[in-house]
Amino acid sequence: MSEKLIVRVTGVTKDFDLGKIVVKVLKGIDLEIETGKYISIMGPSGSGKSTLFNMIGGLDKPTKGKVFIDEVDIAQLDAYELAWLRCRKIGYIFQTFNLIPVMTALENVTLPMTFAGMPSETAVSRGMKLLSQVGLEGRHAHKPAELSGGQQQRVAVARALANSPSIILADEPTGNLDLSTGEEIIALLKQLSQEQGTTVISATHDFKMLNVSDQVIWIRDGRVDKIQERTELEIHTGGMSS
Amino acid sequence: MRRLIVLPWKKSIEIAYKSIRARFFRSLITTLTLVLAVSFLAFSQVSIDIADNMLATGDPSLCQMLMRCGYDILPGDTSLAASPKQRWIITLSLLVCVVGIINAQLMSVTERFREIGTMKCLGALDRFIVRIFVMEAAMQGFAGALVGAVVGAISAFLAALLRFGPDTINLLPWQAIFLSTLIALVTGISLSLLGVLYPAIMAARMQPVEAMRVEQ
Repeated sequence: MSEKLIVRVTGVTKDFDLGKIVVKVLKGIDLEIETGKYISIMGPSGSGKSTLFNMIGGLDKPTKGKVFIDEVDIAQLDAYELAWLRCRKIGYIFQTFNLIPVMTALENVTLPMTFAGMPSETAVSRGMKLLSQVGLEGRHAHKPAELSGGQQQRVAVARALANSPSIILADEPTGNLDLSTGEEIIALLKQLSQEQGTTVISATHDFKMLNVSDQVIWIRDGRVDKIQERTELEIHTGGMSS
Repeated sequence: MRRLIVLPWKKSIEIAYKSIRARFFRSLITTLTLVLAVSFLAFSQVSIDIADNMLATGDPSLCQMLMRCGYDILPGDTSLAASPKQRWIITLSLLVCVVGIINAQLMSVTERFREIGTMKCLGALDRFIVRIFVMEAAMQGFAGALVGAVVGAISAFLAALLRFGPDTINLLPWQAIFLSTLIALVTGISLSLLGVLYPAIMAARMQPVEAMRVEQ
């Protein structure tokens, strides 16, 4: 395959030791994700979807197997390098938005840039640009509590883009939003992924996500059930809705 | 390639200041325990300073007055020190204060689990988190200890005025009073920092994956 791989997962298993019993959540996952694609990870709750997602994001370490981001084994990274990876390479979007409540929208967006060592003036002007890009012009001085759910998630999208990451990880980004707001956020993510060539990986069970996904990875019972390309997908969902 | 993550001091002070302001009432109560403990310390020390100075004059009438006010003076004593009982009470009050601060700071950490997890997802290092909490404690400590020390010193002065009469004003050992107040201030700040240490380390050790959890 000539396309560049951004994420490679090989033989990943994850066990959670709960004292008396060991729960095998992931039972051997192999995945390859290409740069610039919009990927959805689908699966019922308890399928190991979130666990896999956390592995890809470098938030959790596998029991066995390896996760490579940009051909770097993340198990080999020390705390500084992991922080750098989270700051520069990956942008996170959460189901619960997770904006810092004491900071304004602009400060939330510029925080990752501050961590990355960007001078404050550059960070502010870039932050303003990102906010207007997500359709929040003039709301930069508002605190998260003064914004609606959809607007908060837009701020979170802008924050995820702060350091121009190669990957955006979105964990149920529409889970706490109503239907139309959720669609807006999905469209925004899709548009950004197309314009900037950012890889978007989202864990979801929102079927609205399927229409924009280049690839859907179905997880079932700790294994990859099937991987569908966009073309086969439309036929499939069409069949389901009828 | 040096993979550097930074948080300038100015920014961490700003974040700490905002966090205090956002939770002003709770911060105020945390600070209040410190104010009380430090003012008690300052009150005791400054009272001793004043009495000590009166004794040092060698005036028998002043000596009589001190004894009447409950100071144990043996013949030939030239200086007063805190009695063991008094020292115990002071130590105990400071201990209670530290435990109170630890309790309040642990609550604040628990309340901010998601916030801390999010910061870590954005690339914050453990020591940034520790630094933010320590800066907050330092600000609270400074404000609380300053108010406490001044309140304690002033009340000791007023108490002396009531017990020994207006003549005491001429006898005030300014230098010793200032020193005692300063010691109380430094003690207060140290207590605040001591109290935040464990909660801050606990916060810093938190895994970023906590931010992903849906339930609050």
